[in-house]
Parts: sequence; C-alpha cells; structure tokens
Amino acid sequence: MRRWVTALAPLAVLAMVAAGCGGDDSDNGGSAGGSSDRTTTAKRNLEGQTVEVAAVWSGKEQANFGKVLAQFEKDTGAKVTFTSTGDDIATVLGTRLEGGDPPDIAFPPQPGLLRDLVARNALKPVDDIAGKLVDEHFSKDWRDLATVDGKLYGVPFKAANKSTVWYRKKAFDDAGVEIPKTWDDFLKAAQTIRDSGVTPLAIGGGDGWTLTDWFENVYLRVAGPEKYDQLSRHEIPWTDPTVITALQKLSDLWSKRDLIAPGFQNMTFPESVTTVFRGDAAMVFEGDFVAATITDETDAKLGTDADFFPFPSVDGSDPMVVGGGDVAVLMTDNEAAKELIKYLASPEAAQIWVELGGFTSPNKDVDLSAYPDEIGRKSAQQLVEAKTFRFDLSDLLPSAFGGTPAQGMWKDLQDFLANPANVQGTAQTLERDAAAATK
Amino acid sequence: MAAAVAPGGVATGGGAASVAEEPPRQRRFSGVVSALPFLLPALVLLGALVLYPIIATVVRSLYDRSGDGFVGLENYGDALTSRSTLTALRNNLIWVVAAPSIVTALGLVFAVLSERVRWATAFKLVIFMPMAISFLAAGVIFRLVYEQSPDRGMANAVVTSVTDLFRPGGDYVGARARDQASLTARDGGFVTHDEVRPGTSALLPLVGLPPGELPDDAAPAARPERGQGIEGVVWLDFARGGGGEPGVVDEGERGLPGIEVQALRGSDVVATATTAEDGTFHLDVKEPVRLRLAAGAFREPFGGVRWLGPALVTPSIIGAYIWIWAGFAMVVIGAGLAAIPRDALEAARVDGASEWQVFRRVTVPLLAPVLLVVLVTLMINVLKVFDLVFIIPPGSVQDDANVLALEMWRVSFGGAQNQGLGSALGVILFVLVLPAMLFNIRRFRREES
Repeated sequence: MRRWVTALAPLAVLAMVAAGCGGDDSDNGGSAGGSSDRTTTAKRNLEGQTVEVAAVWSGKEQANFGKVLAQFEKDTGAKVTFTSTGDDIATVLGTRLEGGDPPDIAFPPQPGLLRDLVARNALKPVDDIAGKLVDEHFSKDWRDLATVDGKLYGVPFKAANKSTVWYRKKAFDDAGVEIPKTWDDFLKAAQTIRDSGVTPLAIGGGDGWTLTDWFENVYLRVAGPEKYDQLSRHEIPWTDPTVITALQKLSDLWSKRDLIAPGFQNMTFPESVTTVFRGDAAMVFEGDFVAATITDETDAKLGTDADFFPFPSVDGSDPMVVGGGDVAVLMTDNEAAKELIKYLASPEAAQIWVELGGFTSPNKDVDLSAYPDEIGRKSAQQLVEAKTFRFDLSDLLPSAFGGTPAQGMWKDLQDFLANPANVQGTAQTLERDAAAATK
Repeated sequence: MAAAVAPGGVATGGGAASVAEEPPRQRRFSGVVSALPFLLPALVLLGALVLYPIIATVVRSLYDRSGDGFVGLENYGDALTSRSTLTALRNNLIWVVAAPSIVTALGLVFAVLSERVRWATAFKLVIFMPMAISFLAAGVIFRLVYEQSPDRGMANAVVTSVTDLFRPGGDYVGARARDQASLTARDGGFVTHDEVRPGTSALLPLVGLPPGELPDDAAPAARPERGQGIEGVVWLDFARGGGGEPGVVDEGERGLPGIEVQALRGSDVVATATTAEDGTFHLDVKEPVRLRLAAGAFREPFGGVRWLGPALVTPSIIGAYIWIWAGFAMVVIGAGLAAIPRDALEAARVDGASEWQVFRRVTVPLLAPVLLVVLVTLMINVLKVFDLVFIIPPGSVQDDANVLALEMWRVSFGGAQNQGLGSALGVILFVLVLPAMLFNIRRFRREES
C-alpha cells in the first residue's frame, strides 16, 4: 500500500503544477498587494513555475545576483535557479543548445556572442515583452547594443565603465594639480606631477589589452561614434586619418619616457595598479575594475587615498564612455522567463544589486543615491550621463586581431609603446593584421 | 612530440619482422599468419597513436581554418611567408646551434670534474637537481630571475651590485631644470644658457626630485647675497602643493647640497665650488662665465640589463634551458666516461702527456660516440622547445622569442584558431626534426650490427 503512495506522489505534483499554470492566466496581480511599492509593472502569479538563468558570475557576484532573483521569487512565486557558466559562457551555451536544453535566460557579456546566438536562431525577440521598458529606462546606445537587424533581443543589465583614470590623491595634492578635464590639461598635469618628483603615470604595457583600452578611449573621442562603429566593422581601414590622429595623441604622451614608470613594457596590469597605489607613481588608466585591484592588493583606501576621474575630453569631445555590458537574453518561450526579463529591465531589480555594491547599472532610472560608496556613484553617474556609450572596440573585433596575447592589435600597440614615433608604421601594421584576421 | 620519436620504432619493428631466411612461399605465409596475433597489439597501438595522428595532421594541413575547404598547399605558403614564422625559424636556428653544443660542452666539463672532486655525489646531485623541476616551474623561476628591477630580479641584482661599486648613482637622479631655456641639460649635467657676470647672483632652480628623498642635511634654501665673484644657489624649486613662484626661492623650498658647480670659459673649467647645505655656492671669478652643474650628482645608477627585452630574450631563455639540461648531459657523459678503459689514460700519462693533452687527445675521442648521442638527442629536443618560450617572455616580447612549436600552438589555439595553418607548421616542424631522427636510427642500426 505504501508503495502505491510513493509511486503516485509525482503524478500528484504534476497535477498541481498543471493547475498552477492554468490558473495564472486569469490571475493577474494576485500578489501585487505586498510589493506594489517596489514595482511599476503588474505582477502575475507564477506559482510553481521555474526559470533557469545562466551567467558568468560566480562567488560574491553570484550571491548578490541571487538577492535580485530572490525578490522576483517573492513577488511572483516562481522558482529561479542560477547556473554559473564560468568565463567560457559561449562554449557552455553552445553545448546546451546542441543538447536541446538551453537555459531560459542567459547573459552574454559581448555583442559578438549575442549576434552569434541570433544567427543560430537561439534567441527570442523581446520587443513585445520589454521594448517599452528598454525605451523608457535606457539610452539609445544601450538599446542598440541589444538590437540585431532592428529587433530587440535583450535587456541591458550590468555595465562596466572603462573610461576611468585612477589616481593617488596625495600625489595630486603634493603637486597641487587639479583634475584634468582635457587631454592637454592631462599632459600638463602629468608634467607638473613629474616636476614634483613623482612619476605621473604607470602603464601596464606587458598586457596588450590595457593598450587597446587606451587607444579605444582616445579614438572614440577623436573620431566620434560613427567612425568608431565603422572601424569596428573594418569598413574604414586602420590607416584612416582618424586612426593616425588618435595614434598621434597617444604618441604625444607615450613618447615622454620620464612621465612613465620604468619597466612599463613588461609591466602587467596588476603591477601597474600596485605601482601607483604603493606610492611609486600617480595615475593609472583602466576600467572600474581597478577598484577591486586597489582593495585587494594595496593598503590604499578607496575614496580617501585613491579616486578616479573620467578619461579626459580630446579636442573638445563630449562626455563619452567606452565600456562593457551584460545583456539578459531570452532563449525559450517560458512565460515566467518573460516576466523575469521585464523585471530585469526595471530599475527596482537593478537597485537591489546596486545597494549591495560592486555593480553598475546602465539603467538611467536607478537612483544614484542607492550606490553605497562615492566611487561607485561617480562611475554610474559618468555612465548614465555620457552622451555616447560604445562597447569595448577590441571585443568587437575578431579575436585573432583584438583579443589574443602577443598578436594582432595587442602586439602592434605594444610595439607602438616601445617606439611611439612610428605612427604611420603602426597604422599600417594594424591594417595588415586586421585584414589578415578577417580573411 | 611522441609522433617524432616513433618512426624509429616503426622502422626497427619492420626490420625485425622480415628476418626469416627465404622460406618456401607457403611456409612464409603461414609464418606471417602465426606472427600476426603477436604483432597486432603493437601495430594497433602504433597505428592509433603515431601513424594516424601523422596522417591526420598532414591531411588537416591541406584544409582551411574551418576544416571544410580544401586549399592545397596554401597553408604552407602562408606559414613560410608570415613574419612570425620567419622569426620563429630564425630563433629555432639560434637554439639548435647554441643550446645543444653548450649543454654538451658543459656536461662534459662537469662529468670530468665530478670524477676529480671529493664530494662528487653531492656535486652531481646539485647539477642534476633542475631536471627534477617541471619545465613550467623552471620557466616561472627564470621569469623572476630575469625581472628588470634589481629589487626583484636576481640576475639584475647581481649585475647592478657589481656596477654600483665602480659607478655609483648620484643623489639627484631624475632632476630637471625648472626653466629649460636658461638652464639646459647637457652630458648628464646642466649648463646655463647665458654667461653670468661676477658681482651678480645665479639662481639655478631644479625640479623633479621627490622631496622625501633629498639628503638629510638639505637645509631650507637661502637667497644668495651679491658680492665679489658669483654667489648662487641650487635648490629644489617645488614646494608641496605646487605653491611658490617658479624661479624664486620661496618659503619651504630646500637647497640641494653636494653638487659640484663649475665655471666655464669656452670649454675650460676655470673655477669650481660645491653647494652648501642651503644650496648656496661661491665662485671666485673675475670674468663672465657660464655655469655647469657637474653630471656626477645626477647620474642614474645602472638600471640593470634588459634580459627579457627583444634583443636578449632568446639567449636568456637558452640560459634557463642550459640550467635544466646540463645535469642530464653530465650524467649520460659521466656514464660513458666510466666505461672508458683506464689503462688508455694511464698509458698516455706514463708517456708524459699533460692532463690537458690526456683530456684533448684521449678522453674526448674515446667519448665521441656518447657526445654525439647527447648532442643529437638535445638537437631533437631543442627543435621542439615550447614550455620555456611560452612561460618566460612577457607578452610584449613573445613575438621576438617565438619558436616553431610555440607558433604552431599560437595559430592553432591562441586566438586565430586556424588549425589548418597550425597543422602545416606541425608538419614543417616534423620535417625539420626528421634528419636528426634518421641520423640517430642509422647509428643505432650500425651499433647493433
């Protein structure tokens, strides 16, 4: 008799799930009473439904994102499971697609991967689901990031700001320099810091990607977003006059060897950060993740010892940000997943993680006062107030050219750092390598 | 790498199978049949692990990146014209010429020495020890040894501590003139642009020095009084916070003591003085002169050799390779040395040969077969070197240190993901190793017969 009961139990559960699914269509806003202050969209009762979400986050990021999902579970009654893919999300998603079992929602960290997934017919357009929300809460640049062939395929969720110059406050105070707003002021400030007896700049030239970030920031400001997009698709050659101008600007700085901490050609990115915040240099340029390196590897305190300023404007350019972003995409027709996509587009969802720290939201309706520290708030402000946002150029290029150590753009810019007078030659080498990689 | 060792196995195996002496046709056939079960396991293993990979690699090298389009020999053309393959080939040549011969020579010296020293076992153990370390770990060790900064890299710590003895750095490294029009950097020191007349004072402001690193006796700078000759001051014209007027001795700015100031007429030094604690100096001259701050105080200490710069990176990695393999060569050559008939050496000594002559004319010729084996084995090994070249150079010079095996990996898996081109490079590498392999096989055959 007992055996019968255990055998029947799963059937009973199935029946209940089926009932839940059937019921929710008519049951709109059933649970909205408790959480109406947190949300603007009407909530549906998704009791008994499950959603699987896959992203690269692990450790603390996973735990914090878990809190975002927990609120959704509380609001709707749906169950959300999170799968951490590790860094190689492309492979994991590819395998899951082959096996016919994709997660309901994934967070591709690069536009290239998003386009690949669209090309494989792996994504569902979300115009009807979240189109209005995305228009309402995000700038056009961010919408474009999630758009392929005119269709919206996801909602931007997490942003990275790679247009930040980090500096040691004491070095600036000792030298009496102000935060430079323009490229010329930046060069002048560097010279003054040099006169005060401190090396102004550390450059992690041993890692090629730091140099691509330098180039991207200068290029976007010199050439503007349209040319930037064209260059990313190799519709203009790397010998274009705008590239030459950008290289020339870099050359103006990189050729002044006494402004750069010694050993820069072999210096790794973490070394460049510790060089500055252990007191041997004054400034290091890289993205918002420098904050983590400062906290982990030096005694400097963010805000009191270390701070950042936006990458200076070149020749009067508007505020612009080069960065990265994770976009939530829908991979199945799961109803609960569609609700989750809407939820992720709302400022309320972003705000949960924002308050936990270490997270920047591209959502312009997230209250800046929600950021727990001054640094995070400034970075988010720079991001949402930027006239132009562009995705990291080297991540948009074929990886043989833009993403491989000691090859392509990385190597060419390392050679340029070694010999900054060679502006024309560098442009030609870049063009040659770019052409070879897209062959 | 296994692929390269194997053809020898195949060749000798084939030789062993055809030993039977002209048997009648039928008996020969039944002999093959009865031998087959015994040969089968070896044949299957060799086929699956050696023959198939070689053939698959050759076939793959004729296809494009995706593996679908047949491109003929295009990959070989690309490989042999690309800049990085040519660098790799050049470096492989350097490796093959330098590394095996140095390792063999060192091994020979160590082997002969270890026969003579008292603590031979301990000595051998120490020399052989690096062989016990994984190449990857050895690479990491040498990456640290070759660090540019003498504070971190052992090689440069040794070099700079020696050079500092003979040519110490100055107290004011990195100083710059405040106003570069009136005080110009020249030959490591500074020279005034205009002549200074006796009876006037000379203000020589410098900047670019960390205030915390001035000598302890540096006192607040004093404004020079006018008097006989030239009164002047050399000081650090930068107050904390950037206050103060450029070119004026302000509150809080300190003098730079111990700098030699020379008075120049043309290029002759007519008088010299040394700055005092407050940076002031007095020169007793009657005519207008130009002033020079002598280079000694500003001389940069030797910053160390750029071991991992583009020029030295390959020799540096070869150094690491020698460190690892010298022990191997010593042990093999030592074994050969033990097998040399002692009476030949004794006879030479009785005939009045010096130790050098014994070594040169008796030991080395008797050892020649062993030396050759070591040399050829190392040559094969060196052609395929990968791990050290992958680990030791920083990204910015990996291209300059490139070798074929590394280039093969880079194009196959390191971004370009072009396994067609990678296979072509693998075949080229295989062909380059082949002569050394054939040489070794022939020697084995001769020794066996």
